[in-house]
Formats: sequence, structure tokens, C-alpha cells
Amino acid sequence: MAAGTPDLAAPREAYRRKKSTRTNYELYGWVFMRASGVVLLVLIFGHLFVNLMVGDGVHAIDFAFVGGKWTSPFWQVWDLLMLWLAMIHGTNGVRTIINDYAERDTTRLVLKLALYLAFTIVVVAGTLVIFTFSPCPVGADPSLLPSVCFS
Amino acid sequence: MTATLENPATEVGTVPSFEVTLRVRRYSPESEHGEESTWDEFTVTAHGTDRVLDALHKIKWEHDGSLTFRRSCAHGVCGSDAMRINGRNRLACKTLLKDVNPDKPITVEPIKGLPVIKDLVVDMEPFFASYREIMPFLITSGNEPSKERIQSAEQRERFDDTTKCILCAACTSSCPVFWTDGQYFGPAAIVNAHRFIFDSRDDGATQRLEILNDKEGVWRCRTTFNCTEACPRGIEITKAIQEVKRAMIRRAF
Repeated sequence: MAAGTPDLAAPREAYRRKKSTRTNYELYGWVFMRASGVVLLVLIFGHLFVNLMVGDGVHAIDFAFVGGKWTSPFWQVWDLLMLWLAMIHGTNGVRTIINDYAERDTTRLVLKLALYLAFTIVVVAGTLVIFTFSPCPVGADPSLLPSVCFS
Repeated sequence: MTATLENPATEVGTVPSFEVTLRVRRYSPESEHGEESTWDEFTVTAHGTDRVLDALHKIKWEHDGSLTFRRSCAHGVCGSDAMRINGRNRLACKTLLKDVNPDKPITVEPIKGLPVIKDLVVDMEPFFASYREIMPFLITSGNEPSKERIQSAEQRERFDDTTKCILCAACTSSCPVFWTDGQYFGPAAIVNAHRFIFDSRDDGATQRLEILNDKEGVWRCRTTFNCTEACPRGIEITKAIQEVKRAMIRRAF
């Protein structure tokens, strides 16, 4: 560069969207949020009503109540649906929030990995509990067990 | 015979005048402040009919010639002078001083989310890049007709609202999703895509919907309505974005 000429900044790189992703992923995500929201309203309020209002209400909840409920496939499916829909709905919501607020790519990656790890742990543990739950553990106090254990 | 002014300038006094203070955000990498941006206060005499742009002119012409801002037509048509006035995106040429509480200092900043070049001038390139990506031109297929492409009044009405965009970037730079990383297409690009997607003469709707189905497309809209509030042309932007979303869902299912 000749002496005396001012230092000019190099021409900037042209603005570029980082990468284009033209799949229907975000579309299905968006529709899922609405659909699962409606289903969750029914599931959660049904759950609350049955557990807290019907019969003795909140005082009836003990080991026998929960164990008895999970001997029925209907409540197993209900609770499984509630667990999965709520976890996917919530995880997708937090994923969106991370996308909106995390400014650096590394922050975004770390937060999302933590989120997906938490999701996996809760869903796997919850599903296992619903399906492998034993309502009549051997050697337990009979007064605490649901009635299905004695029939 | 030359024309003479019947009423000399004494009549100006009939419009009430007042003192107004403007706090302007300054940024000039060549100044002693370097990369820091600073606030400068200017007090000017203004009339009840003056706009923020008139006050900025007065500052530039009579107080500090180094103040830099864009303006072209100065009448709300060209879209050059979008800026953040008292925390809201507006056109300086369409905002009367008396409407933004001249009793307190009026803050004037560059629009957010785009790189500032100097004072109130920002680099609009990312904004226009998104605009170009949605292909803002008529796309047709088949043979060229030998006469005009006829359209009914109802068909024109369908996209009338979104034809009013002047590309001032007030909407896009008011969007909190755009502020984060500037990757979101932004309301303005979607509005201009809407203008062609719903045009009965246009055959490029599928391509445009495909483009806006991107991870950074319409699905990043959180319907916060900042864009609708910021638009100096009163375009119902959030509604237009929702209509584009609906068109995509119809296409997918």
C-alpha cells in the first residue's frame, strides 16, 4: 500500500443466511404445539378432576389409590399420553425459547443438549414406572395395598 | 413585474413555538469516542407543526453538521428515515414533535438489530437480502398473454394491504426474534411475499412458501405484534404472516 493512503477496511462478506433448511420440521412442530395443547387440556383437567374431586377427593390419594389406578390399562394409557405429550410439548417450547434468546451457537448447542438429556431421562424413567409398576409388593403392609391385590 | 410576498414572515408567530430537547444516539468510529456510542442532547426551537425530522434538520443545519441520518422524500413515502423515537420505531417524517411529549427530552436512536454505520444510519443489507430471497417480482408460467393480465377488484383486494410496504425496516427492526441473531427473514420479507403469494396473476406461490417454510421463516413469528404497531403504513403485518402460515398448513395437509 502506498504511503499516505488511508487504511480501508476490507469489503465485508456478503450477508448470508447460515443455512437453509426447507423441510416441514418447523411446520409440524408448530401444528403439534397447537394440537397437543388442546389434548393436554383435556388430559390434565381430567387427571385433576379424577384425583382431587371425585369421591373423597384429595384425601383418597395414597399408595393404594395410585397403584390401583395403574392396574387399569385405561389409566396407564392416559398417564402415558399425558407424560409424552407434556414432555414433547414442553421441550419443544423450551427449544423455541433457546432459539429465540441464545445469541451464540455454542450457548445454543449446550442448552439444547442439556434440554434433550433432561427430556430423555424423564420420559424413559416415567414410561418405565408406568409399565413396570408393581401394585402389590411382596411383604408390604396389607392395609396399604389396593384391593386388586386380594382378589 | 415580480411577485411580492403579501404577508411577510411575521405570520409565523401564529403557530405556537416551543423549546424541545432531543437526545440523539451518536456513533462515529472515526471520532474520539471510537467504537463507543454516546448520547448528545440538542435543544432547538420548534413549532407545533414540526416533525421530528424538522428538528433533526435544524440540529444538522444549525447546531452540529456531523449528525448523520437518512432521509429522502421527507413525506413518509420513501421509507428512508425509520428510527427509534422514544423507544418505538417510527418514521421521523411522519411523527409530530407534539405527539411524542416534547416536555421531556425525546430520544432518537437508530433502528435495532441492524449494524450501525454512523449515528442514525444502519446497514440495510441484511434486510434487503431477506427481501431478495423471497423473489419480490411477478413469476408466471405458460405463454405470455397478448394483452393485460386481467384481475377482478376482489382478487386485487385480497393482497391490497401488503402492497403498501415502503421497505423502511421499521417492522423487521422492531421484532425481538430478529434482534437475537438477525437470521429470521423478518416481517417485511414475509409481507412482500404475501403480496405475491395471494396475487391471482402470480404462479410462484409454491416457491415462495417453500422459501418461507425455512427454519428462519414464518415459524419463528411469535405474534408479539411489534411489527404491526411499528408499521408507519398501518399494514396488518401479523395478520399477513398468519395468512402465510395458514397457506403453508393447507399445502402440507
